[in-house]
Amino acid sequence: MNDQTALKTTPLHALHLSLGARMVPFAGYDMPVQYPLGVLKEHLHTRAAAGLFDVSHMGQLIVRARSGRYEDAALAMESLVPVDILGLADGRQRYGFLTDANGGILDDLMLTRRDDHLFVVVNAGCKAADIAHIERHIGDRCEIEVLEDRALIALQGPRAVEALAELWADVAAMKFMDVRHCRLHDVSCLVSRSGYSGEDGYEISIPASYAVDIAQRLLEHPDVQPIGLGARDSLRLEAGLCLYGNDIDTTTSPIEAGLEWAIQKARRAGGAREGGFPGTSRILAELENGTARRRVGLKPEGKAPVRPPARLYADAEGSAEIGHVTSGGFGPSAESPVAMGYVTTSHAAPGTRIFTEIRGKFLPLTVTPLPFIKPTYKR
Amino acid sequence: MLKFTAEHEWLQIDGDVATVGITAHAAEQLGDLVFVELPDVGSRFDKGADAATVESVKAASEVYCPLDGEITEVNEAIVADPSLVNSDPQGAGWFFKLKLKNRADVDGLLDESAYKELIA
Repeated sequence: MNDQTALKTTPLHALHLSLGARMVPFAGYDMPVQYPLGVLKEHLHTRAAAGLFDVSHMGQLIVRARSGRYEDAALAMESLVPVDILGLADGRQRYGFLTDANGGILDDLMLTRRDDHLFVVVNAGCKAADIAHIERHIGDRCEIEVLEDRALIALQGPRAVEALAELWADVAAMKFMDVRHCRLHDVSCLVSRSGYSGEDGYEISIPASYAVDIAQRLLEHPDVQPIGLGARDSLRLEAGLCLYGNDIDTTTSPIEAGLEWAIQKARRAGGAREGGFPGTSRILAELENGTARRRVGLKPEGKAPVRPPARLYADAEGSAEIGHVTSGGFGPSAESPVAMGYVTTSHAAPGTRIFTEIRGKFLPLTVTPLPFIKPTYKR
Repeated sequence: MLKFTAEHEWLQIDGDVATVGITAHAAEQLGDLVFVELPDVGSRFDKGADAATVESVKAASEVYCPLDGEITEVNEAIVADPSLVNSDPQGAGWFFKLKLKNRADVDGLLDESAYKELIA
């Protein structure tokens, strides 16, 4: 990417500019990092009311078995993801990750069963590699359709339900991780009750040409403000959610990352479809025996934010390095600095006091259970 | 006398003491500040050395010492409430007072019209 002209734009780009957004390059797209409200108020507004996020840079795919049977699509995806996809009920969504042969994480993603096929949402920065990876491994059995002509917006926060129910009343009855087809403003959309903020809310896949209409309708609601990538990051950090490329990547296993909750019984040792995904031997062994390091929440004791890639030490002299910070900053709702990072398992218990070095001084942090806020998912 | 630097600091010069802060333009670019670290009174800095640190939700930035000198006073109010820098950057949001090593160094700074041209 050598200049701005090479950046891609989403269907909401002109809307961002008209709302006064400050734009930054992100994963090859020109994206809003903040609006005139500013990161701090955007964050707090999302937790108090509702925020609208453009996440159209993310990849939206349909994976359909050539046989036309859901079971074949599910079993094919299970060869790439350590998640129970066969057992997914129609209209339900699960979090998962593509693993590599070493048991590292190629990307994290959301998987939805839609009748006879899977609807998959992947990270913007990984989407080209993900599509190639999926094609290469299961392209013989499945057709992979990339939905290039769809926008994706997230509506997050305690008032999201009221704002979206004005366009389609049925969304109020959805539970966390339900996915429904809805007609918003007479446009056919796919709505999931999920997100990346730690709040109740929705993600809405919209045909690109109607995205501005629907975003504007939602923004007309007095409780809804547009929210940029800056607050998206501080919201997900407080919620303890991983950012691919920071907190998880090919050097981290799902177990080191504390994501074993996403690996259902059916895929574990003794399960109905044990293993069978890349990196099975490492991941099943780690589920059994644990790991040498763990992702943990970290609360700096002072007011100074601690940011990646700050080194972590067992002692205030910095003689024993035990890990590093992978995400960190100020948590507007926590009203304090918050961080996540990897530490040796011997230092991973909540309450353990460890140290980092910032600008020549060693500062204490406490290992803290994640998340830093109480999520409001409607389970 | 009010002067500016190309690094977006302002200096209110009174004799050989400069009150130093960051400009409204800098405060707007940084966004909401959540942390400020100020130098110790009595510390000496060369022009361009890191004298203070400010952090927004997103990122940390250094505030450079605009001229050679010694810190004589710091504004603890912005440590207690960093949002003062955003709400009143060229008033209550001042950072520190600097006793200038060479009063004549002031001549090398920008005046208000030159600074405005720089950020236009």
